[in-house]
Amino acid sequence: MSGGSGASPENGGGIGATQAADEAERHQPAHFAFDEESERRIPGILARYPETRKASAVIPLLWLVQEQMRRQTGSAWVPKAAMDVVAARLGMPPIRVYEVATFYFMFNTRPIGRHHLQVCGTTPCMLRGAEEVARACRDATGIKAYGETSADGMFTLSEVECLGACVNAPVLQVDLDYYEDLDYESTVRLIEALRRGERPRPGSVIGRQASAPEGERTTLLDVPGE
Amino acid sequence: MAKVTVDGIEVEVPNGATVLQACEAAGKEIPRFCYHERLSIAGNCRMCLVELEKAPKPIASCAYPVADGMVIRTDSPMVRNARRGVMEFLLINHPLDCPICDQGGECDLQDQAYGYGMDRSRYREAKRAVKDKYVGPLIKTIMTRCIHCTRCIRFSQEVAGVPELGATGRGEAMEVGTYVEQALRTELSGNLIDICPVGALTSRPYAFAARPWELRKTDSVDVLDAVGCNIRVDSRGPEVLRILPRTNDAVNEEWLGDRSRFALDGLKRRRLDRPWVRRDGRLLPATWPEAFAAIARRLTALPGHRIGAVAGDLADAESVVALKDLMTALGSANLDCRQDGAALDASRRDFYLFNTTIAGIEEADALLIIGSNPRVEAPVLNARIRKRAIAGRPFPVGYIGPHGVNLTYPAAHLGEGPAALRALLGAAHPFAETLRKADRPMLILGRGAVARADGAAVLAAAWQLATETGMLRPDWHGFNLLHLFGGQVGALDLGFVPGEGGKDLAAMLAGDVDALWLLGADGFDPARIPPSTFVIYQGHHGDRAASRADVILPGAAYTEKDGTYVNTEGRVQRGYLSVFPPGEAREDWKIVRAFSEGIGKRLPYDDLDALRARLAGANPVFGTIGTLERRGCADTRGPAGDPAALGESPFVLPITNYYQADAISRASDTMAECARIYGGAAPAKLAAE
Repeated sequence: MSGGSGASPENGGGIGATQAADEAERHQPAHFAFDEESERRIPGILARYPETRKASAVIPLLWLVQEQMRRQTGSAWVPKAAMDVVAARLGMPPIRVYEVATFYFMFNTRPIGRHHLQVCGTTPCMLRGAEEVARACRDATGIKAYGETSADGMFTLSEVECLGACVNAPVLQVDLDYYEDLDYESTVRLIEALRRGERPRPGSVIGRQASAPEGERTTLLDVPGE
Repeated sequence: MAKVTVDGIEVEVPNGATVLQACEAAGKEIPRFCYHERLSIAGNCRMCLVELEKAPKPIASCAYPVADGMVIRTDSPMVRNARRGVMEFLLINHPLDCPICDQGGECDLQDQAYGYGMDRSRYREAKRAVKDKYVGPLIKTIMTRCIHCTRCIRFSQEVAGVPELGATGRGEAMEVGTYVEQALRTELSGNLIDICPVGALTSRPYAFAARPWELRKTDSVDVLDAVGCNIRVDSRGPEVLRILPRTNDAVNEEWLGDRSRFALDGLKRRRLDRPWVRRDGRLLPATWPEAFAAIARRLTALPGHRIGAVAGDLADAESVVALKDLMTALGSANLDCRQDGAALDASRRDFYLFNTTIAGIEEADALLIIGSNPRVEAPVLNARIRKRAIAGRPFPVGYIGPHGVNLTYPAAHLGEGPAALRALLGAAHPFAETLRKADRPMLILGRGAVARADGAAVLAAAWQLATETGMLRPDWHGFNLLHLFGGQVGALDLGFVPGEGGKDLAAMLAGDVDALWLLGADGFDPARIPPSTFVIYQGHHGDRAASRADVILPGAAYTEKDGTYVNTEGRVQRGYLSVFPPGEAREDWKIVRAFSEGIGKRLPYDDLDALRARLAGANPVFGTIGTLERRGCADTRGPAGDPAALGESPFVLPITNYYQADAISRASDTMAECARIYGGAAPAKLAAE
């Protein structure tokens, strides 16, 4: 349970939300404004909720902020100035936005690398070699521990809870894409490709189709009537 | 009603009540941390678990509605075991620093750990540590002690109306704070200390000062605003160490404003602890006989109509009536208690009272505020308005006064000056229509709105508006005047206003008197007193007026005397002596009484009982202590003043600096620090709501 907030006990012995915010302080931009593309999407989001309940749009709008930051700066995170903008847009007290943004690990409240490597560490992935994947991530990026960003600013490594792709464990989520059926070598290859600016096809790296059994079919082999 | 059996005791509670309330009705004490009667229900601490028959597991009684026929057990093995488990979890991350914790001795967690805690910990891992937060100059935070009950978050959101506290992060990383490290912008922040069940939020000025069992506790009443909050004064030896609110549902519920709570260090500074007499232009220390002789020499040489007296804002009724009697004995009718020049009509009580009563606000269904910012002038009363505003039923609020005032509840800004009031008189205005349609409309007229050249007209116009919009009925009185300090109404009730042929303050300051007796009167600029006037200052602080005085008589502050005060509603309440006045200072009525004897005009009371009999004789309301009859309005004839004479200048709020509004708070370092941090002026930033 780590990921975006950087507020997990694993990466700093009980580092709390405000301390994380303090560390992010020096990176905080003074201003934030929605760009054209975000503005185009906002009316559609707001239309989903009644006017008196528009605070419900806080999560979609924060996500919009994070995606805009990815577009504009290459680092997908939510600055405090943007939380204030969201609060003002939705007519809610800023603290209520801070609470939401710091609660969900998918919102990064401090700057991250260009690619966010999110290693699933939950039981099925762990049993299938998540620790090897994590080791590969550390070796290939030079990152020492979860929550850190590599020296070149390319990668941030996080441990996350179950991503729901257990059938193809172990799983590594890179930004918004899942890479599945990884082992040490394939993870290193993936990271090196990312560093070269390539974007390998998401999904199983061993060519498994969706969640079908690995290799040959093992069930439904007999066709009735044959 | 639902019939519920609690530990074999059958009780009836209203439908919609919680199991916890049913248990309390049966006389069972349920331990709790997050539950608070005056806040919304959170149900997150789990300490209030009880056993419900046929339920598979214990239930959180604070958040569980009753149903008819429920059978509850509050002391079964299952309940004890469950609560022990909860306590063990709470203590996992709670430091064992009770010996250095200011909450020690009055800590809910400490107390309940005696009942449900283990004598050792099974937890071997590292404890969590949380960085302390800055939430303002009055509150010290030790956030490692926080058990995440969220009472403070709910208080600031619901009661104080400043949604600035929150819980950021989650799980082990969850922290309570403002996230952006800023001082909470509320005048009610001290109440966070009271509602925090552990030592996470404690009083910064009181830090490490005393243990609760060392303190002598005196029930008293606050005078630093006109709400008359019930307080408990905690003292040790000659020192007042802290002031806490006392529960009184009719007045302050259980809240107290920051000035009333934290200005107490002002009681130790700039005190007048001995008499002073001006000789050759310099104030020199003197003895009581010398001071009295100096006054007597001057006063006995003057005809009565050349002597005047002004009662201050914090004066107790006893000293006011004694001074009035002394002035009568000297043949003077030059009395005034309206230092701000407020054009108050003291001829009828409901012309200058908060007639709806504070509790009555909750029954109102429309409100107009004229020339007042109740948030600054009476924060606890404002909390009551907010309570009504968020209660669900519609509560339109109109506001006439300066721009940029955040009342903590939505209010329609109708204008800045009397012009808006004029517009409301007559038919067309939509808000006048709102008031007319309301079943129980009320208006609050700020004392600042009548302390101006056209004050009498404003008062009359407000009364006329009240009449026109149906606020004045035999069963409902919606006309309210909001006073600023605890001594103001008592003096009006005693008729401390110019008598037959008497001069008011303005005339007295214009040179119409040769001697002026100021009873704690620091509310006006002493430079307005003509140089030739002989000034007697009787009071407790070397504030504005004392330096101008020719004789200083050191009096007692409100914590140092048994006094009677009348709050803005007209509720008569008693304050009690907590510590003795410093040095040679004496209780004020005794000073006046002693002086009267020296000039051969002995006032006819020798003790407090006799004086209080005199008080009740002067105005029967002083015979009823604490209680208040709800008033209707049988007589709609208005106060003196011509509504047509309304001026044009916009209303100016009388208190621009909440933290330094009276002699005591001006002497307080704590309040000076608050004024510096909050910029003196009231926190005015508009909150997003």
